[in-house]
Amino acid sequence: MTALPTVGPGTPPRADPAAAPPPVVPDTVISDEIRVVGMVWERELIRYVRTRTRIVSGLIQPVLFLFVLGYGMSGLVGTTGGFNFRQFVYPGVVAMSVVMTAMFSALSIVWDREFGFLREMLVAPVSRVSLVLGKTAGGATVAAVQGTIMLVLAPLVGIRLTPLLVVQMIALELLMAVAMTTFGVFVASRIQKMESFQVVMQMLLMPMLFLSGALFPLNGLPGWLTVITRLNPLTYAVAPFRQAVFAAQDLSPAAQARFPTNVTLFGFTLSIGMELAIVVVFAVVFFVLAFRGLSRTE
Amino acid sequence: MKTDLASEHERSGVAGDASLAVDVHGLTKRYGELAAVDGIDFSVGQGEIFAFLGPNGAGKSTTIKMLCTLAHPTSGRATVAGFDVSTRAKSVRRHIGLVFQEQTLDDQLTAGENLQFHAVLYGVPHREVEARISRVLELVALSDRRKDLVSTYSGGMARRLEIARGMLHTPKILFLDEPTVGLDPQTRALIWDDIQRLRREEGVTIFLTTHYMDEAEYAERIAIIDHGAIIALDSPDVLKASVGTDTVAIETSDDEAALASLQRAGYTVERTGSGLTAFVADEETAVGPIVAATGVPVRTVRAHRPTLDDVFLHFTGREIRDQRGEAVPMMARARGARRS
Repeated sequence: MTALPTVGPGTPPRADPAAAPPPVVPDTVISDEIRVVGMVWERELIRYVRTRTRIVSGLIQPVLFLFVLGYGMSGLVGTTGGFNFRQFVYPGVVAMSVVMTAMFSALSIVWDREFGFLREMLVAPVSRVSLVLGKTAGGATVAAVQGTIMLVLAPLVGIRLTPLLVVQMIALELLMAVAMTTFGVFVASRIQKMESFQVVMQMLLMPMLFLSGALFPLNGLPGWLTVITRLNPLTYAVAPFRQAVFAAQDLSPAAQARFPTNVTLFGFTLSIGMELAIVVVFAVVFFVLAFRGLSRTE
Repeated sequence: MKTDLASEHERSGVAGDASLAVDVHGLTKRYGELAAVDGIDFSVGQGEIFAFLGPNGAGKSTTIKMLCTLAHPTSGRATVAGFDVSTRAKSVRRHIGLVFQEQTLDDQLTAGENLQFHAVLYGVPHREVEARISRVLELVALSDRRKDLVSTYSGGMARRLEIARGMLHTPKILFLDEPTVGLDPQTRALIWDDIQRLRREEGVTIFLTTHYMDEAEYAERIAIIDHGAIIALDSPDVLKASVGTDTVAIETSDDEAALASLQRAGYTVERTGSGLTAFVADEETAVGPIVAATGVPVRTVRAHRPTLDDVFLHFTGREIRDQRGEAVPMMARARGARRS
């Protein structure tokens, strides 16, 4: 595949010396594909930075949940061993902001389709894997940044941040964001119309968030609801996140019992490693589905 | 790979394939029973401006999609820039520029960022990117708007930026699908200045589709396509000549006398319902001498040169769809022209 035919001496003369003909290259060049991933990633970041309303609106909803729901429910739930509902819900709310940003970023593919830019990407002589990788990396970066901004709220609700915890949280945010961005790209690749976008956001994202353990513990739910929560990939992303946050606090045994963080599957309590492995599996599956969704020819 | 392609060319009996920008044999695209494109043959030389002219739904876009590897041919063969569209899709794409009917820019990015993105997608070597971006922006006279968001651009500017972007990776062929649809006449003229400049300065082959007659006039050769088949293919002048010569129609106070004097002066003249029609080589220069040679007072003069409208009507027996106005007089003119 190295000696490819080129258009021979019949090529018309070119006026501009800078306009050298493109080099004859094999169909896929790894370094070119890496450049593409980087460029798609960069575009996500440029767009994120440029739309300040998105940054602000991406913060408002989690803040609302943290403080409004946090204070509202605190009265009901009360304080156990010096630990209250706001502290319980904090990691869930951070996860929520990561998930929403990641999904929103991925679903911008629907916008790209509507405004034609998707076509510019899809007709380019590059691998769709690179496009999905770039999109995933971009969405994940943006989401992790958004989640990291949420860390400044920690002291306000009495969550203690240690350097280790900050590193752990950012790492977990990235993993969660990757999984949710690939999921979002997969969903977006199936959405043809803008109108469907809102419906998907409402019908998919909100139930996924509510049934992930982000806002309330998943134990003691009725059986059918428990099944749904265990099918929800977010469940396995939120649990280690909360476990990491709780591990950095001085939680009394009473508080630990009151606010459980473990996920059980078939009566078996999953370790953090298993939960993370499940998230990785989901991410890989969604990535393949996203790639296939975008690979369908027009 | 090289030998494969060469032998493939030999088998199909096509000589000098690589010297042609586009080479198409029996290209067909079926959607179920419907043949959107029905076994067309044509070729486009390098550096040529070639137009596909036809009404909406004639098969123009389907053809362009197959040539750009966005749709698979049902049968037939096409090579673009020397690469087979069925087996070397990526190579074809790398060597062509594409400007779609609908806008495909990211309007939240600046013009420069859109071009940067494109340069990476098409593997423009890193050290050449900057020079290429400056160059193509210069070609469409948008250098001073490089740092502006595309959302601040007018429709015409966005279209010119898309043309610049299509040229960024130095394609051999630039495909323009209805390049000026929906734009005002002034902007259309501006865009055609751009297209001709980049053809002149970059030596690129231009392949366009249009349903505007006046736009097809810019092409060196036109393929008229209707119901998925090419029904005429030649230069605009030859096509126009094929439907008749220029005419000068006059109405005088005494047509009998005028007819006699004009025939004496050596003109080919015919009586028509309302007056006389002289068949001339060039209507513009013939009007004066004819009026002078009439010998009687002339009431009206109408000079006509066959247009692509006449050509289209001649070959299809009807007007191009969604054409504006003047249906009846045009038919009459075409009938007159065909009689000659």
